[in-house]
Amino acid sequence: MITPDMLPSLAFYGFAFILVVSALGVITAKNPVYSVLLLILAFFNAAGLFVLLGAEFVAMILVIVYVGAVAVLFLFVVMMLDVDFKSLRKGAMHYVPLGVLLGGVLLIELFVLFKARFGTEVFPQADTLPEISNTQQIGAVLYTDYIFAFQVAGLILLVAMIGAIVLTHRTRPNVRRQNVAKQNATTQEDAMEIQQVETGKGI
Amino acid sequence: MPFEVGILHYLTLSSLLFTIGVFGIFLNRKNVIIILMSIELMLLAVNINFVAFSAYLQDISGQIFTMFILTVAAAEAAIGLAILVIFFRSKGTITVEDISTLKG
Repeated sequence: MITPDMLPSLAFYGFAFILVVSALGVITAKNPVYSVLLLILAFFNAAGLFVLLGAEFVAMILVIVYVGAVAVLFLFVVMMLDVDFKSLRKGAMHYVPLGVLLGGVLLIELFVLFKARFGTEVFPQADTLPEISNTQQIGAVLYTDYIFAFQVAGLILLVAMIGAIVLTHRTRPNVRRQNVAKQNATTQEDAMEIQQVETGKGI
Repeated sequence: MPFEVGILHYLTLSSLLFTIGVFGIFLNRKNVIIILMSIELMLLAVNINFVAFSAYLQDISGQIFTMFILTVAAAEAAIGLAILVIFFRSKGTITVEDISTLKG
């Protein structure tokens, strides 16, 4: 029978199962648009796991940043590029044995390591609810101990933004652009010419 | 309680997710977009590890580092996709083999 104290475990298994299945879908889907949509599903389930772990703020950041920005960026690029994605999958099966071998070795190694070190450990249960919220806890540490790293993270984002703009900006020929400096530097002599026209004659 | 979810469950899940990411690079080694998505999956696995240890050790630092990883992941995705777009604009393809012609 399902008892209320089993609900967190059931939620974990549900989120984890959908997360793994959608991650497998991301790498095997034939259409990259499906891959991006499954990636979004994976991010949502990871956010659910974060909430189970008591990290609500990071969970919401994950939804906002990953789903709202990164995944939508992927979606834009996938839909913008006119590529025959079928031809890109040609010969993909060639590398499956090597990939399975490497992935299997990695998975077994990681699992043995974690099992040996953390085999029976469970999360410590707090007797009472914490007095300040998760967001307050993060803020108290982030803006004091990690202020330098926080500023550097902001700089990284700035550099990435400038880099992306500079990379994708293109100057097309035969496009007339407004040049404000040139407009302001125009004098009366450049712009017009006064001619005395005698009556009965043209210029 | 038999169904108690311990830290090993989360670590196993993140190992699985990381392995799927590695496997995705092998499976789609011509398609740069899917490779970038696989990298995002691997970063997500690392994030799950960080948050699980943050809860296990009752230390908020893990969640702080998760946010820094998110920052780097967002920057990496933006730059990677920008490079992809300009490469597609000049060559008309996004195959990994063709990108190797950029060297030099």
